[in-house]
Amino acid sequence: MVPLSWYMVLSMVVFAIGVFGFLARRNIIIMFMSIELMLNAVNINLIALSHYLQDMRGQILAFFVIAVAAAEAAIGLAIVIALFRNKATAHVDEIKEMQG
Amino acid sequence: MIPQLFFIYFAFAITGLSLLVVTRKNPVHSVLWMLLLFFHIASLYLFLNAEFMAAMQVIVYAGGILVLFLFVVLLMNLRDELRIGKYIGAGPTGFTFAAALLVVVIMSLRSFVAAPPGIYSIDLIKSETHAKILGKLMYTEFLYPFEITSLILLVAIIGAIVLAKRRLKT
Repeated sequence: MVPLSWYMVLSMVVFAIGVFGFLARRNIIIMFMSIELMLNAVNINLIALSHYLQDMRGQILAFFVIAVAAAEAAIGLAIVIALFRNKATAHVDEIKEMQG
Repeated sequence: MIPQLFFIYFAFAITGLSLLVVTRKNPVHSVLWMLLLFFHIASLYLFLNAEFMAAMQVIVYAGGILVLFLFVVLLMNLRDELRIGKYIGAGPTGFTFAAALLVVVIMSLRSFVAAPPGIYSIDLIKSETHAKILGKLMYTEFLYPFEITSLILLVAIIGAIVLAKRRLKT
């Protein structure tokens, strides 16, 4: 039997890789893919806990996470297309209209 | 022994593939590595007796979201992407932050205490089948969140059309 903590460590490692990709990459599409990576790490954790605690609520929560991830990908990529139409760039350090 | 070996293979494959996803220069390569990553995660779900979630992972992520990503990557002309550096100036700061987050969260794992187990044991799931139990719960106890999810998807459809359509000349 694989211990539960192995799954949790795996999920945390994937989450940290996603955080790194989101903070460090220049391309906005890869930043969105890092968000998907983080959501997947959370899903691994939820399903592992649901299996080991013998409770189905974790899997239902993971189902909702998948639905929200699909909505987020659609909206995010629509924003990327609108941005590319206006600026013709996918690099986040060239987008500085709002002086943020 | 065999389950541990399986898990170790999948853990190393998932970690390596996610590193490949965030470090490739070409976004198309990133998307294709991510496809392999999602299949590995789906096999991990099978390993956890969650076959409906594994099917969802393959259908929604690999079949839907990644195709969307691939479409957008191919629609945009990213030729100069290959010449310019792939990390922004604050890249090392991001790496430090992610590493610190990993260390802190793994250290906090030692104080994790598992709750007492619930009623959905492996034998019950095997006798009832996984999709049936999940569907029963979803349409009784979690009916409100389920309906709200449909609203979220409706908002996503409308929002994507409004954001991505070309503005009409008036």
